Amino acid sequence: MEMVKLENVSKSFGAKKVLHDVNLSINKGETFLIIGRSGAGKTVLLKNIIGLLRPDTGHIFIDGKDITMFNKKELEKVRLQFGLVFQSSALFDFLTIEENVGFFLYQHTALKRGEIRKRVKDTLALVGLEGIEDSYPYQLSGGMKKRVAIARAVIYNPKIIIYDEPTTGIDPIAVDKVVSLIEDLHRRLAITSLVVTHDLEVGLKISERIAFLLGGRIIFQGQKDDLRITADPRVLQFLNGSSSGPIKEMEV
Amino acid sequence: MSTILQKIEILFQYIGSVGLFVADIFFWLFAKKRNIKAIVREIVLIGINSLPLVSLISFFVGIIIAFQTAYQLKQFSSEIYIASLVALSLVRELGPVLGSLIVAARSGASITAGIGSMKISEQVDALEAFAVAPVDYLVVPKFIALLITMPILIIYADFLGILGGYIVGNAKFGIPFKFYFKLTFDALKMKDLLSGMIKSICFGSIIAFVASYEGFRPFSSTDVSESVTHAVVRSFILIIVCDCILTALFYFIFV
Repeated sequence: MEMVKLENVSKSFGAKKVLHDVNLSINKGETFLIIGRSGAGKTVLLKNIIGLLRPDTGHIFIDGKDITMFNKKELEKVRLQFGLVFQSSALFDFLTIEENVGFFLYQHTALKRGEIRKRVKDTLALVGLEGIEDSYPYQLSGGMKKRVAIARAVIYNPKIIIYDEPTTGIDPIAVDKVVSLIEDLHRRLAITSLVVTHDLEVGLKISERIAFLLGGRIIFQGQKDDLRITADPRVLQFLNGSSSGPIKEMEV
Repeated sequence: MSTILQKIEILFQYIGSVGLFVADIFFWLFAKKRNIKAIVREIVLIGINSLPLVSLISFFVGIIIAFQTAYQLKQFSSEIYIASLVALSLVRELGPVLGSLIVAARSGASITAGIGSMKISEQVDALEAFAVAPVDYLVVPKFIALLITMPILIIYADFLGILGGYIVGNAKFGIPFKFYFKLTFDALKMKDLLSGMIKSICFGSIIAFVASYEGFRPFSSTDVSESVTHAVVRSFILIIVCDCILTALFYFIFV
C-alpha cells in the first residue's frame, strides 16, 4: 500500500524548472531515502509533498487521496499527518523545550497543561532526553536540539515522519546517536519515514528503498541492493564521491 | 524616464503586497480567540520596555519646547503661556510623532529582526508545517499589542513632556505648580487629545504592518540587516506622510 505517491510532478520558479516529471512511491511503514546533491530540488520536493507548495503539473497522493487540488484548509489537515524534522532543527527559540515539543498539542488540542507536560516528558524519554523541559533551545547542543526536534515531530503520532538532512551540522558521535534513534523509532512506532539527505553513508544505513534526485529529475529508484548493480555513471559517481564524471561541479 | 516609471511601479507593487499582508492580518485578527499570554508578552516587549527611552526623550523635549517658546514669548512679556504652548504642541503633534518614531526604531526594528531570524532558521516553515499560520501566530499579537500600548505610551509621553515644561516654567519664570497645570488643562480640549490618540493608533498600525512585513522578506542573514534598515526607514517615511495627511484632515474636521 502506497502512503505517498507522486505522478509526473513538475515545479518551476519563474523561468527555473526545479522539478521535472518526478515519479515516486513510498510504501506504508518503510523508510525511504531521497538522496541528491545540494540544490537538486530536495527541499522543493518535500514542500510539495507536505502541501506547502503546489506542483505546476502532476498529482500527489497522500494515503490514497489526491491533494493537488485541495484548498488551504484541506491542505492543513493533510499537513497534520506529517511530522517534520527540519535541517536546522527549527526549534522556536522564544519557547521552552516543553512548549516546543508540546507545540502541536498546545495549538491543536484542548489538553490541559499537566497532561501535555506528561506527554512531553514521555516523548523526550523516547529520544533519550530528560530534565530539560524548562530549558531554552540555545542552552542545548546541536545533537540534543536535533533529538528535541524529533520528539516534537513524533509527539502527535503522525502517519509519516520526514527527516530533512537529519545529520547535517552535528558532530560524528551525535550523528551516530541520531541515526540509531531514527532506526529505533522506526522499529518502535512502525511509521512511514522519509529521509532526505546528501549523506550517503547515513542514508544507506537507515533506509530500505532509495530515490536518487539530480537536477530535479529522479535518475534512480529502487531497493538499496539495486544500487550496487546500477550502471548509471551519474549514480556511480555519487556513490564513489568522485569529482570527475558526468556530474560537473556547477551543475545542479 | 523609464527608470522613474520602474521606480513608481516598484512602489505600487510594494504598497500592493503590504496591502495584501494587512488584509491577511485583519482576516486572522477576527478568525479566532486570542491567546492573552502571547499578547501580554508582546505588550511587555513593545510597550513597557520602551518606557525608559520614551520618558527620557519626551521629558527633555518638554524642556526644549518650553525654552524655545519662552524665547519667542519674551517679546510680548507673556512667558506664562509656555504652559499652554508646551501642552498643545506635545499632545497634538510631538508626543505622537516622537513616540512612534522611538517605537519604530526600537520595537519595529526588533520585530523585523526577530521574525527575519525565524524565517532564515526555518522556524516560520516549522509553524506552517504544524498548520499554524505565521501571520496569525507571530504578527497579530504584535499588532494588538501595538494598538493597546501606543495610545497609553503617548499619553505618558505627553505627561512627561508637560512635566519637563513645568520645570522650566517654575525654575526660570516662577510659575507655581497649580497655575501651570491650570493653564495646561485650559488650553487642552478634547479634540486635541482625540487627534493625538487617533494619530498614535495609526502610527502604531504602520509600525506593526511595515516591521512584520519586512520580517518575512529575508532569505539569508545578510538580508535580515537590510530588512531591518528598510523597516525603520519605511516606517519613518510612512509615519511622517500619514501625520501630514491626518494633521491636514483634523484641521478641516475640528475647526
